[in-house]
Amino acid sequence: MSVWDDLVGQEPAVGILQRAVSGAAARLRGESGAATAGMTHAWLITGPPGSGRSNAGRAFAAALQCANEGCGECNECRTALSGAHPDVSLIRTELLSIRVSEIRELIRRAAMSPTQGRWQVMVVEDADRLTEQAADALLKSIEEPGPKTIWVLCAPTVEDVVPTIRSRCRLLVLRTPPVPAVAEMLSRTLGVDAELAGFAARAAQGHIGRARALARDETVRERRTKVLEVPFALRDLGACLKAAQQLAEAAKEEAKGSAAAVDEKERAALEQALGVGTKGAKPREAAAAVKDLEEQQKARAKRWERDVLDRSLVDLMALYRDVLVVQTRAGSELINAELHTSIVQFAERTTPEQTIRRIDALAACREAIEMNVAPLLALEAMTIALFEG
Amino acid sequence: MTNGVGAGIVGRAWDAGFVMAARRSAAPKLGDVLLVTGSETFLADRAVRSAIAAVSKGKSDVEVTDLGAGELDVGVFAELTGPSLFSAERVLVLRMLENLPTEMVPYLLEYAGAPADDMLVVLVHSGGQKGKAVLDKLRKASVNEVVATAPKTWELPQFVAGEIRLLGGTIDERGAAALVDAVGHDLRALAGACSQLVSDSGGQAISTDLIGQYFGGRAEVTSFAVADAAIAGRTEPALEQLRWALDCGVAAVLVTSAMAGGLRGLAKYSSAPPGLREADLAREVGVPPWKLKTLRQQARGWTPGGLATAIKAVAQADADVKGASGDAGYALERMVITVSRAHGRR
Ligand SMILES: [Zn+2]
Repeated sequence: MSVWDDLVGQEPAVGILQRAVSGAAARLRGESGAATAGMTHAWLITGPPGSGRSNAGRAFAAALQCANEGCGECNECRTALSGAHPDVSLIRTELLSIRVSEIRELIRRAAMSPTQGRWQVMVVEDADRLTEQAADALLKSIEEPGPKTIWVLCAPTVEDVVPTIRSRCRLLVLRTPPVPAVAEMLSRTLGVDAELAGFAARAAQGHIGRARALARDETVRERRTKVLEVPFALRDLGACLKAAQQLAEAAKEEAKGSAAAVDEKERAALEQALGVGTKGAKPREAAAAVKDLEEQQKARAKRWERDVLDRSLVDLMALYRDVLVVQTRAGSELINAELHTSIVQFAERTTPEQTIRRIDALAACREAIEMNVAPLLALEAMTIALFEG
Repeated sequence: MTNGVGAGIVGRAWDAGFVMAARRSAAPKLGDVLLVTGSETFLADRAVRSAIAAVSKGKSDVEVTDLGAGELDVGVFAELTGPSLFSAERVLVLRMLENLPTEMVPYLLEYAGAPADDMLVVLVHSGGQKGKAVLDKLRKASVNEVVATAPKTWELPQFVAGEIRLLGGTIDERGAAALVDAVGHDLRALAGACSQLVSDSGGQAISTDLIGQYFGGRAEVTSFAVADAAIAGRTEPALEQLRWALDCGVAAVLVTSAMAGGLRGLAKYSSAPPGLREADLAREVGVPPWKLKTLRQQARGWTPGGLATAIKAVAQADADVKGASGDAGYALERMVITVSRAHGRR
């Protein structure tokens, strides 16, 4: 077992990180030159959503703290992975942007000497959400890090990161994990049978978190099935609007469900920290802080809703991709093999040109939602375009 | 503005052209009998006030008597119209001429045939059939007449423009239309708005910006007006409404969302299964029941294909105003044109 086990299908990247860990260990032993060549102080890890960017960042952090370069079992490894290691800072945001104030705090911590004597590791999981201001604040710290500070930034693509930051980091690119590797991981870690693991891996299209959820949770599978029924239900304008409404409402529900699970806990924790209901509490400041939290939670719920919608649209794109595979006799494996019959029928009734236009409509809808177009409206335009072909 | 009835000047009280002409040459003067007819009390009152003002101009001792025609009897009338003891200049306003006692009619007509030259008599008739005979006879006697009937809805911008001109300001057609949209059809409110705008425009032409500042708090109303006009297929009014909405500072996203909401309701209404009860239909469509009547009317000009085109255009515009295009105004115009042209498409 090692900290790298969860990085499914990322062997080339893992190799690079392992060399860096060895180099860092050599540096700590006072060596230099070739022995420390793999090591550098600022990293940018990119990869498609669900490929395991932040897992890679954490694993790297753990391996840097571990005396055995990432055994996965010692206290250093375990605390680093869970976020409890005193010399590992994991920065993630559920919000749309990381604020300057948060970055300042981070920079302050980065400048401190590691308590355990190895490295001070700063993992920024959503470097794509740094505001320009926040990125500016971070720049100097990345450019001239303390002798024992290591920055690990994660983002979907290089283009998502402010250029000045990008140019100062060593780039590590994760690939979309291959389906068999994901299926194998699902069987191994969740104990699900090969058929379910294979289905979940295919359906998730390389998104590991999604694959896990599909393998583990029946309601997630049911929701996906409902989404994939949409193209077959678009008989007329009324059906298009109804389908759009169902997609929008389902996303809202799902996001609300996820939010309910964390919102209340966060609020309780905040109130406790503020000493609400105790002597010496400052009601006005507490109220302001709670209001601030509520606003953040609202923004997060909105983002989750958009994430759910995006996933639905990706699932739909995969369905039309399958239709196109049948129409062009490309012979590739179908992502939605379980819908084989419907897909073949659909492929026969329509033309490849129509299919491509439909895929374009889905892509346009994803873009529109990303741009903050009213989700229901974007979905209506999309279902109408799917219907018209 | 003249209609050939009698020989007197006949004009619409709200029409600035008439009012201005009246001010220049034919302003009421001592020795006149002025007839004010019509049901719009705001205009009638104003006609009376300006007549009084015209004869009192530069004078301090014009004596005004203002009473209901119903209270008149021979004695009072004789006293009021007889030679003045102090040779003072006078104005007699007789309101509600329709209530004039029948026996008084000959006296009034006699006076109209030979009015006293140190007095202005203003006869105010509230419109309607009652007392029509007196009116006709007065008209034959060539008295001047101001018609105080409300302008038609489409004449309101002209009324506004006239008001502002009278107050010494200027406004263009678009601004006048914008003010009517913002303030509504009540003449008193419109006149009040005009005088406020003129006094605050500092001699500048009254801009739609200024109107927006004063009366622009109706963002929803204006964005819905854009949607309603476009959905009715009325391209030009829809574009006018749009310009006005934008000039008033209505956020572009409100316009797209009003349009999306309007089309959504319409599309759901059009594709609802037939034979639903009103309440069920309203629920199916997602609107309050009273909106169904509007939807029924709107739905006449629309086919599913037209609605599909329109909805897609709105989604595109929403993306455009949220950053895909640099010019929100242009994006919205294109949307309005596409939507209103999709109306009536086979
Ligand atoms: Zn370890």
